[in-house]
Amino acid sequence: MALTAIFFYLFSTLALASGAAVIVAKNPVHAVLFLILAFFNAAGLFILLNAEFLAMLLIIVYVGAVAVLFLFVVMMLDVDFAELRAGFIKNAPVGLLVGGVVLAELIALLGARVIAPTPASSVASPIPQGVTNTEALGQILYTKYIYFFQGAGLVLLVAMVGAIVLTLRHKEGVKRQSIAAQVARGPKTAVELVKVKPGQGL
Amino acid sequence: MPETTSFAAALPEIILAAGAMGLLMLGAFGFSDGEKSDRAGWTAILILFAAGVALLGQTGTERVFNDAFISDPFARFVKLLVLAGSATAILLSFDDLRRAKADRYELPVLILLATVGMLMMVSAGDLLALYLGLELQSLALYVLAAFRRDDVRSSEAGMKYFVLGALSSGMLLYGASLLYGFSGTTSFAGLAQAASAPGAATNLGLIAGLVFLLVGLAFKISAVPFHMWTPDVYEGAPTPVTAFFAAAPKLAAMALLARVLFDGFGGLFVQWQKIVIFIAIASMLLGAFAAIGQTNIKRLMAYSSIGHVGFALVGVAAGSAAGIEGLLIYLAIYLVMTLGAFACILAMRRENGPVEEIDELAGLAETNLPMAFILAMLLLSLAGVPPLAGFFAKFYVFAAAMKAELYGLAIIGMLTSVVSLFYYLRIVKVMFFDDAKPGFSATAPYVRFVMIAAGLFVLLYAVYPAPLVEAATAAAKSLSL
Amino acid sequence: MNDLLTDYLPLAVFIGVALAIGGALMIAPFLVAVRNPDPEKVSAYECGFNAFDDARMKFDVRFYLVSILFIIFDLEIAFLFPWAVAFGDIGLYGFWSMMLFLGVLTVGFIYEWRTGALEWD
Repeated sequence: MALTAIFFYLFSTLALASGAAVIVAKNPVHAVLFLILAFFNAAGLFILLNAEFLAMLLIIVYVGAVAVLFLFVVMMLDVDFAELRAGFIKNAPVGLLVGGVVLAELIALLGARVIAPTPASSVASPIPQGVTNTEALGQILYTKYIYFFQGAGLVLLVAMVGAIVLTLRHKEGVKRQSIAAQVARGPKTAVELVKVKPGQGL
Repeated sequence: MPETTSFAAALPEIILAAGAMGLLMLGAFGFSDGEKSDRAGWTAILILFAAGVALLGQTGTERVFNDAFISDPFARFVKLLVLAGSATAILLSFDDLRRAKADRYELPVLILLATVGMLMMVSAGDLLALYLGLELQSLALYVLAAFRRDDVRSSEAGMKYFVLGALSSGMLLYGASLLYGFSGTTSFAGLAQAASAPGAATNLGLIAGLVFLLVGLAFKISAVPFHMWTPDVYEGAPTPVTAFFAAAPKLAAMALLARVLFDGFGGLFVQWQKIVIFIAIASMLLGAFAAIGQTNIKRLMAYSSIGHVGFALVGVAAGSAAGIEGLLIYLAIYLVMTLGAFACILAMRRENGPVEEIDELAGLAETNLPMAFILAMLLLSLAGVPPLAGFFAKFYVFAAAMKAELYGLAIIGMLTSVVSLFYYLRIVKVMFFDDAKPGFSATAPYVRFVMIAAGLFVLLYAVYPAPLVEAATAAAKSLSL
Repeated sequence: MNDLLTDYLPLAVFIGVALAIGGALMIAPFLVAVRNPDPEKVSAYECGFNAFDDARMKFDVRFYLVSILFIIFDLEIAFLFPWAVAFGDIGLYGFWSMMLFLGVLTVGFIYEWRTGALEWD
């Protein structure tokens, strides 16, 4: 138990610290790197909860793909970040106010938990005994929850179409290799016999 | 294991999704290139029509996929409206996008996929289904808003819509997670149990979750105070897309809101009624007053739609079958009026491109009397002048509010109607009494068709209102507190 | 402490050792090495010129397209893991459920291919 507690505090402290570093970091690329650190620590917390599959997803999807995308966006935008941050001190009171309200709400909720300690006892699909959580997910996601699963597929399709519609543009006049056309080419289409009369060009 | 009946209940959605994918494939293989660029749009309209036929074949109430999907008369009523709105928006898009050289087959595909999302929203019986439907719809709409990507305003509209939409989705998800945490379930039926359990009214977690859910949904229907994206997005998006935004998604989100509140939170009626009343009043007021200073007709329509959301919410606030009936009639009539008005806006085009300023309408009665007449009828109907259709729409929701003893709400609604009459009348005045500007170029036949059909509907609705009212009465029975 | 976490203990120890060694090698030069910097030594060397410009510049939007398409397929794969683990329990229905999901994304893939989103012109 003590070891779990040590790791819990290690991961959560690092997650909070790197989360703070994300918004404080001067260099946006450093901010993204801190974000990755935060993801890693969150994955560690998931493992402490025995949710290994979620931890793996966090690494594969968020660290592996989303953070890379963030890096591209940060580099692509070419925004003068120093200028953006100039408003930081000016806007800090407003930000603190919003943060304070959210914090107060969270505290109120934790208070409510003490008043109404019923949750979790009535969870619709608790993890069955003796099964890893990955398997437990697999047992219901594709059959019982097929509607959500296919809906998610459609959302991904829209994302794919949307990304292409909005960003893909081909340059004019670029010559591409068409392998099929090359392979299909035979003497009939490639060679032309021309009788050239003496003394004249083509 | 779900049986085939589950899939039969979702047949319209399946037809639409399969159709959208088929159309995407056809488009990718050159089905609608060049001269044949209308083909994809017509095919999409055909697919929407097929989904409508499948929808009409359904009867009774079915709850499938573990209650995540509900097919009942209420859902079918709204779904039919949504399908009609999507089809009309595609019809309106042909000419405009061809002239803007943005007539790509992806547009009908995205509209179809957005429509699938809307149907999922209308039928949602579970927080997850709600979120998935909403996200499917929104994601397609973000892309549609920025569809003319070489146009700065269109890109800006897409960007703003995306950022604020993502924020609202986040709030909605936060609310949903709170609700799950405090009730242990995501299905509306389970939530209804938790909401009517003793002590639910003091359960801060449930109420906070409900509030966040409402905030997220208020964003989607652009109700005040979460309306700020609407004018910019309506102005920036390509006009046919704006017509689509004002029509179908708004209907779906309103239906979803009513469904969540009635099916899921009947036990917390007193709590959410206050919020809905506040949102309704704020939307009606802002819609009436902010529209007065507008010079761009698309922005004006944005504020007008905010006001109309407020009126429709009055029906929800009443919390009765009569209120839902009023809401449904309101949505149906609003759909026709909006699409007609946007058809008129699309007809505002001169040699060198479309115009959007209200002043450009000056003296339209001299250059194009039929269009001026139809637009005037539509605008007066939007304002709620009897005996046009818009009057009856407002009549039903206010009657329901009076019956529920929400006198203040009804009175504020009527007063804001009067205020909004002012800016609608201003346009009418510009059209009929100002010095004529050069006439608009010839209107595309489909746009003219939509314009005339909508004009006839608002004029003649009073003659034979029975079918709509009866259908709405039957549909309203499926929701009750 | 339950068994699952005990399984991870060697990993934690390994990472700890790696961190200690890596950290030691990074910190040691600060303490031990000779340092004598001057502006010319630490400035960027650009073929004899003074550096003109920031090294940061706009990326082509196509990088973004590639990476967003990658994310989508990455997520698709994420759905495959629990499916593979529970494959024995979910039967034919679960199998076709996944095939349908993959079919939807294959439609997207064909669209990508045909529109040339995978080409770098």
